[in-house]
Amino acid sequence: MATKSGRVISAQKPFDWKKALLKWEVFLVVIFIAVNIMNAFISPYYLSVNGLFTATSSFLEKSFIVLPMAYVLLLGEIDISVGATVALSACMLGISFNAGMPMGAAVLICLLTGAACGALNGLILTRFQELAPMIVTLGTQILYRGLAEILLEDQATGGFTKVAWFKNLYWGKVGVVPIMFIIFVICAAVFGVVMHGTTFGRRMYAIGSNPLAAKYSGIQVQRIRFIIYTLTGLFSAVTALFLASGMGSARSNIASGYELEAISMAVLGGILTDGGKGNFPGAILAIFILGFLRYGLGLVNVASQLMMVIIGLLLIVVVMAPNLNLGRFFKKKAAK
Amino acid sequence: MKKKFSLKGITSSRETSLVIVVILLCILVQLRNSAFLTPGMMENLFKNYAVTMIMALGMMCVLLIGGIDIAVGSTLGFSGMCASLFLRDHPGMPVIAIFLISIVIGTVCGTLIGLVISYGKVPPIIATLGGMYVFRGLAYLVAKNEWVAAYQFTDGYKDFAQSKYLGFGLLNNLIVLTIVIYVLFFIFFKWTTVGRKIYAVGSNAEAAEVSGIKIKQVKIMCYAILGFLTGLCGAIYTSLYASAQGDMGTGLEMDVIAACVVGGVSLNGGRGSVVGVFLGALTMAIVGRALPLIGVSQFWQTAIKGLIIIAAVILNVLTQRVMDKNNLKGREM
Repeated sequence: MATKSGRVISAQKPFDWKKALLKWEVFLVVIFIAVNIMNAFISPYYLSVNGLFTATSSFLEKSFIVLPMAYVLLLGEIDISVGATVALSACMLGISFNAGMPMGAAVLICLLTGAACGALNGLILTRFQELAPMIVTLGTQILYRGLAEILLEDQATGGFTKVAWFKNLYWGKVGVVPIMFIIFVICAAVFGVVMHGTTFGRRMYAIGSNPLAAKYSGIQVQRIRFIIYTLTGLFSAVTALFLASGMGSARSNIASGYELEAISMAVLGGILTDGGKGNFPGAILAIFILGFLRYGLGLVNVASQLMMVIIGLLLIVVVMAPNLNLGRFFKKKAAK
Repeated sequence: MKKKFSLKGITSSRETSLVIVVILLCILVQLRNSAFLTPGMMENLFKNYAVTMIMALGMMCVLLIGGIDIAVGSTLGFSGMCASLFLRDHPGMPVIAIFLISIVIGTVCGTLIGLVISYGKVPPIIATLGGMYVFRGLAYLVAKNEWVAAYQFTDGYKDFAQSKYLGFGLLNNLIVLTIVIYVLFFIFFKWTTVGRKIYAVGSNAEAAEVSGIKIKQVKIMCYAILGFLTGLCGAIYTSLYASAQGDMGTGLEMDVIAACVVGGVSLNGGRGSVVGVFLGALTMAIVGRALPLIGVSQFWQTAIKGLIIIAAVILNVLTQRVMDKNNLKGREM
């Protein structure tokens, strides 16, 4: 295979069916189908175009965070301030809207707030590189949530439903397809292409596998980190928009725990917290698996607490399974 | 070799700067509201923050080996709930038995997480994230979504957090417990082989393994210690608030980690001290307790807490940089 520079890469591996079938994404597809079959048995209305799209609107609004979170985890880092960023952006949206601004301007302010929150994380983390992302975003998480509390105290801000186009963000449909779904697909496609088809994406993998080596090979590690944290903030604000559109109001305590849901979706999708591992389709599949699983279990009135136990166990087992002796067992079998 | 006593060494240490911060905070609050530095207020402060203070020690164990545990809030909820349910159904049980049940459950939870991390090779943040969901879900499930209310507790259990029999009538039981645990851990980390092993694993895991320390066992032990203290705190929590709910302790993990970080425990492992953790937890307790006293609206508290954490970690880095620079200077000479 000739590349741009004219070099020929001879070590291109031949396509291996066995390896392709043992890949994590194939496993995810199997789970995905299993979940859907289970749901179809639970409810006769589930397997219809309308039913499926209704199911997606129950979890898509928070899935916008998973897209940049996949990048953050790919770098081997973590951002637990996203839930608080969602709350702060939604509060800013409500306050600026109720102060008499047009909805368009309020949306812009909301997005800017989110981006600013992300940029602050990025700024602290790039200025003080010794700091662990976990602890910085823990601090900013409390700070952003606190700012939202200062702004709104224990009140709610609302009235978003008065603006038809804003309400349609969550509730509107083009034909049978919800607008939110279309926007999500576009965003996911862009994120996926950037991760797998651009230099920027390759650089992220490089930083994730070995930040020092990446730095010495001329990658501007800190700039990329800053961009990604800002992006995470921005997409938290996007989630805030859809959440506000869906609920029609905002409070300072919304979206708590979103950071953990986003992280568990990405991790289940195979993007481990070690960095440099995983790919984007896996994360997207995991979003739909967890979303549909939750929706289906909700249909049969499985207590949400039992769901927490199931999802928690799933998360641990998924990450642990490849590390246990099972893997060695399979390898021995394959060698024979 | 005995280190030479130097004034500079003391003034640049983490603990001294924290002591200064604590004193300044106390003076500031005292000037605004003279009700602060009174025995009653202090007892109230230490009693209410005993849970955070005790758990911060366990969290320090885990942070020292480079791990983290965000499941402690859920573990506290689960162990406290189990103990309370047992007390509700068997009102004749002595207080100590209820505490033991809570402690055993907490230790089992912690050990399980430790096993998953060391033998399953799951990153601590993922393992404890999963544990957080599982234990929280279990806390609701064992109670069938019910509360255990104050009238279902025995008087002896409710009185434990309010009376002073462990402190010979001078100090509240919880304060005595906190002091005893801090002294024990100070000795444990300073003068026992096991305690030093934890530091060794945290500062350089490979070197520790080569020198014959069984890393996996140390890791499991650290999580078990945290589980033990969390279980103890589960009982303290239910006794203090005289009720048990499925969502108790939600978000507590962040308070505990924050207390450790403000106290100078490094998240990369190997760095932190019992005294530092105490001062860190005390700082957070004073901030939480004193802000309403000096007329700061309750809605500002969260933001101020966040600011303090960020400021503390950044200060930490800056002092570390200065110290590293000074060390290099010394070498050049």
